[in-house]
Amino acid sequence: MEFNNNIPIYLQVIDKIKQDIVSGKLKPGDKMPSSREYSYELGINFNTVARVYKELENEQILFTKRGLGTYITESREQIEDLRYRMAKNLIVSFIEGMKQLGYSKKDMIKFIEIENNNIERIE
Amino acid sequence: MSRLIINELTKKYYNKIALRNVSLNFEQGKIYGLLGPNGSGKTTLMKVVAGLHKQTSGHVLINDQVLSYKTKSYVSYMPTENYLYSSFKVVDILKFYKDMYKDFRYDYALNLLNDINVKLDYKVSNLSSGETAKLKTVIALSRDTDIYLLDEPLNGVDVLARDTIMDIIAKSYGENKIIIISTHLVSEIEKVLDTVVFLKEGAVELFFDAEELRQERQMSVEGIYKEVFGND
Repeated sequence: MEFNNNIPIYLQVIDKIKQDIVSGKLKPGDKMPSSREYSYELGINFNTVARVYKELENEQILFTKRGLGTYITESREQIEDLRYRMAKNLIVSFIEGMKQLGYSKKDMIKFIEIENNNIERIE
Repeated sequence: MSRLIINELTKKYYNKIALRNVSLNFEQGKIYGLLGPNGSGKTTLMKVVAGLHKQTSGHVLINDQVLSYKTKSYVSYMPTENYLYSSFKVVDILKFYKDMYKDFRYDYALNLLNDINVKLDYKVSNLSSGETAKLKTVIALSRDTDIYLLDEPLNGVDVLARDTIMDIIAKSYGENKIIIISTHLVSEIEKVLDTVVFLKEGAVELFFDAEELRQERQMSVEGIYKEVFGND
């Protein structure tokens, strides 16, 4: 994983784990590496990983089984909710950005359709 | 409980001031970067803490004890220069350390060197500069002690060997240990640091948490380093 040193590393790792959960790369109930292993794997500071796990536990995306390790939530509902929140964030920042560029709602939707068609054609 | 407290430390060499009134508090479970250009006092600070140089004034407390022959056992110091006997084989260096330090983890060192492909039967004089740097780092981190001082572990080392050295350092992290790394290769090392100390002309210029800096100023450690030292 490549990091941008201008952005808190823990936020970048949180985003990556969330992406991997939503995309299915990480499955509900999967065991995460220990903080130590994970920090070693990513080549980052141990305390950074400990913080990532703590924040994701607070968000109920990860949970700890005492003495066994850290796991990804088994709740599909929780993962659906995560997908929804991530999508919402993208849309909100998209809309805000487009408004700043002076686009109306109608133009935005038209723009999305055109670009989506372009992408589908390439794929 | 490992703790290192430096209080109003000043070190003069004749009329040259190497450290000016340095006060710092190091906590266990953290990796610290001691950063600054050449001549900013990094090595002097490490040598005083390691008990190799005597301070002119101020004091250093290691695990609540003032510097003495006793505190030396709490500190593993890796000097920047190549101090290993060049006619020794790698394995003999390890045996030497095992005899010298009762906290030296011989098997731990053997395994680490094995993992990173440093040949045990090679003479030190036949090692590349990258291999020598790896060996030095492994030796320093194989002592089971509280405080590790690594002076310029990435100096004169190619990119791949740098990654290996960073891995060895990350692997050596412990909740009850303090690791202090001096370097001027900031971008290479900043991902593994908790806390950063900038030394400028022997004085503490900045002391900050790396993630807080990124969060509050959207800036890398390297970015602020250039801002602070760029005009020198």
